[in-house]
Amino acid sequence: MNLRVLALGNRYRQDDGVGPWVARHLREAGLEVYEVGDDLTRLVEGLAGADEAWVVEAVVSGRPAGSLHVMEVGPEPLPSVFERLSSHSFGLVEALELARTLGSLPPRTVIYGIEGQQFGPGEGLSPAVQEAAQALLQTLRTALGLSGNAPVTRTNQSEG
Amino acid sequence: MGETPKPNRTRTLRVGNLARVEGEGALYVRVRGCQVEEVRLDIFEPPRFFEAFLRGRSFAEVPDITARICGICPVAYQMSSCQALEAALGVQVEGPLKALRRLLYCGEWIESHTLHIYFLHLPDFLGYPDTVRLAHDHPQRVQEALALKKTGNELMTLLGGREIHPINVKVGGFYRVPRKAELLALRDKLERAREIALRTVRFVGSLDFPDFAPDYTFVSLRQEGEYPILGGRLVSNRGLDIAVADFEQLFHEEHVAHSSALHATLKGRPYLVGPLARYNLNHDQLPASVQAVAREAGLGPVCRNPFQSIVVRAVETLYACEEALRLIDAYEEPDAPSVPVTPRAGAGAGCSEAPRGILYHRYRMDEQGLITEAKIVPPTSQNQKMIEEDLRQFVAANLELSRPELTLRCEQTIRNHDPCISCATHFLRLDIEHEP
Repeated sequence: MNLRVLALGNRYRQDDGVGPWVARHLREAGLEVYEVGDDLTRLVEGLAGADEAWVVEAVVSGRPAGSLHVMEVGPEPLPSVFERLSSHSFGLVEALELARTLGSLPPRTVIYGIEGQQFGPGEGLSPAVQEAAQALLQTLRTALGLSGNAPVTRTNQSEG
Repeated sequence: MGETPKPNRTRTLRVGNLARVEGEGALYVRVRGCQVEEVRLDIFEPPRFFEAFLRGRSFAEVPDITARICGICPVAYQMSSCQALEAALGVQVEGPLKALRRLLYCGEWIESHTLHIYFLHLPDFLGYPDTVRLAHDHPQRVQEALALKKTGNELMTLLGGREIHPINVKVGGFYRVPRKAELLALRDKLERAREIALRTVRFVGSLDFPDFAPDYTFVSLRQEGEYPILGGRLVSNRGLDIAVADFEQLFHEEHVAHSSALHATLKGRPYLVGPLARYNLNHDQLPASVQAVAREAGLGPVCRNPFQSIVVRAVETLYACEEALRLIDAYEEPDAPSVPVTPRAGAGAGCSEAPRGILYHRYRMDEQGLITEAKIVPPTSQNQKMIEEDLRQFVAANLELSRPELTLRCEQTIRNHDPCISCATHFLRLDIEHEP
């Protein structure tokens, strides 16, 4: 099975770099990693050809910093609440739906979002985000040791 | 259905979070009767953190640090900073190294313009809310757009050293230069990219454009013998013709209350930079073949309609593909990847044509090569005043439109200039409802 990790975010914008941080460590563990950066059309390219994709990125929802959000992309279009609140030019939801429209959305795609706190220019994660990133990394590593499936504990919900 | 303006009625248009611009911004327009009373493009740009951050850093670090400012156009930041520092150090980068820089920049133009044409701008013209709906009806076209954009990315990856936030550019040249065979390996993809770019020009040339042509002051670089990317003099359609080093004598930046981005003016007046300005001031520098394609797509030597900037971007994308092929064919591997550079005290300015327009850098350094002063003027801050002016004129001329139609047209008026507002924090905003 072709499992691919896609990291969204800018590693030079503090907590926005949580995706690249997790991805870097998964690459060291031998996984195929595709760094998307800020341009989410690259996500569409990066998803093509994968059987399963883990998308890791920073999230802002008002939850405490470090909260983990896990969502599996289902057969239906993503919830409109996500679409409405996607904050950027060409956002995550639009990129995933575009991949679906073009037939390149992997059979299984899981989004791991970590609630960020600081997004100003600079390197390094805030302590709560760093801790959450390490916990997620450990969970994913464990899951890889057990089976090829990502550990989705709750679908389309958030874990505080 | 249209609305007839009433003398004392106030209409307010607000767009809280502008979609399909790079970064975050908001728009506020207030109209009383037939009078446009206020137009504000609110920008949530992070403060000029980088100018302060660069002080005390070695000149050698500057290209990599400034490349982090923008995830879409890092090459522009690297090139303008290198040129400014090389001017300060008395270094000339010529021959194959200069050609490689131009080639790298072509990759960025292809990538950035394709993103804007297909993913940010085109949905407006075809009546789609976003690219997903567009792809549903035109999947082949969107697949081609992704392939075109990817070719630009691959050029940037090869010459820039990695996929994003390139690290292979240094003051004096590159850390590593490619073998000729590595460049030739991209040739077939670039040929295909050129075909897609040609189809793109023809396609966007057939779109309908509102009748709108402000009397812009255009500003771009100009250099005899080539379409401007890397250097030249600063010129305008009103007689400006100055060296880059004189930029700050005539161009000034000011704070405005409603925006954290600075607004630039030319002798106190707004002006426009970017594809429209480059095209109008350098049409004669385009190869005859590209001029002919532009003509077929409805562009004369002068184009003042900002809605047609989508056609100009497509023409520039075609040019970038052709120029990349020319540069690859002419490439001869240099003896060394860079020219030697010795730190010394001094100051220098540099300017290059980022996809969105001129990007000016100036640095001062001490005898050890540590930065003591840095100034960066990005294209979006130069265009902001002009975008507000466009909005003012467009709204005044189209008050009969319904509120949703006018709001959409205002958003489109902003997107015409591809503003890069916050340079790159991409996080997903989530609003979660809690059930009791």
